[in-house]
Amino acid sequence: MPARDTPPAPKTCFLIFNQSDFAMINNATIFIFISIILSLISFVLDREKTKMGFKKGFKMFKNIVIPFLNILILVSLLLFIIPPQLIVKYLGAGSGAIGFAIAAVVGSITLIPGFISYPIASGLLKQGASYATVAVFMTTLMMVGVVTLPLEIKYFGKRVTILRNLLNLIAAIIIGILIGIIL
Amino acid sequence: MTKKHWEKIKPYIWLASFAFFSIGSFWFGFDPGRTIYQSFTKSFIEMITFIPFLFIIVGLFDVWFPKEKIEKHIGRDSGIKGILMVVILAMLQAGPLYGAFPVAYILYKKGASIKNIFIYLGAFSTLKIPMLGIEIGYLGLKFTLARTLVALPLFILIGYFMEWYLKNRNFKVNEV
Repeated sequence: MPARDTPPAPKTCFLIFNQSDFAMINNATIFIFISIILSLISFVLDREKTKMGFKKGFKMFKNIVIPFLNILILVSLLLFIIPPQLIVKYLGAGSGAIGFAIAAVVGSITLIPGFISYPIASGLLKQGASYATVAVFMTTLMMVGVVTLPLEIKYFGKRVTILRNLLNLIAAIIIGILIGIIL
Repeated sequence: MTKKHWEKIKPYIWLASFAFFSIGSFWFGFDPGRTIYQSFTKSFIEMITFIPFLFIIVGLFDVWFPKEKIEKHIGRDSGIKGILMVVILAMLQAGPLYGAFPVAYILYKKGASIKNIFIYLGAFSTLKIPMLGIEIGYLGLKFTLARTLVALPLFILIGYFMEWYLKNRNFKVNEV
């Protein structure tokens, strides 16, 4: 009776959908809660400063909202075009060293701002990429900069720059391995 | 159309064409278009429920803990307190890594130790508060905490290694 162990497909889908929605709401509540508390404390301490902080925050938000929307469109398109099986195969839990290598190389070479790379990372996770490969991708993106090597060399010289990037690449891979173990 | 006009419209073109594409997809019953639109609205809700609050937090941090003030207090102190100061300074920053190099030069000028300059770069790349916020929002608190706690000792270690390696090799940061 092999069929008995496999649960009906629609139920699984429903469950996964619910869980991710729950995580979403959960994350949002953290921010709403913290921002309300900080605003209240700030408002009690100094009304003018609080107003200034709100203005600054709003300005920053206004600057990124359109590029952010564009990126969300692009990610939705890409996730539709790239089949999930492909992501699971090359970046999933079973991808091993190949997944790590792909994530590390892409992360080291490209220069993607955080507000763009995080929606991509979350999309990859939802499509079956493993936490370890996503962690490697994110940390190499943050810590290693192949494109900016010439600029960095101007500040620190060749030897120091190459050494720093190499050490950070190693650190990123260690971070990926450990996160794969922890999560 | 002048160049100025074009620059103004440019960011909205992608958005507008997506809107047309989505309306068209629903009108003509084009299923892939509908799926893409649904996945977009889902990620849009995900974004709009936390990003505005994140920026309230970042804005408040910006007025209460001005970076310039902390920069003033950073100098030759290279003990635990010195490390703590550079990490906090780095956490208050925003932007890509190459924005950290000029600050590294300022730290160097003010006599910060080699170790602290590289700890600053490490903290800048992985612990900036706005980025941590976005990371929590997208990848969850657990992922962010795990990554941060693993990364912190690693780049402090890199700082110590760099200091040990560069001590007698006349290390300097150039003004660019």
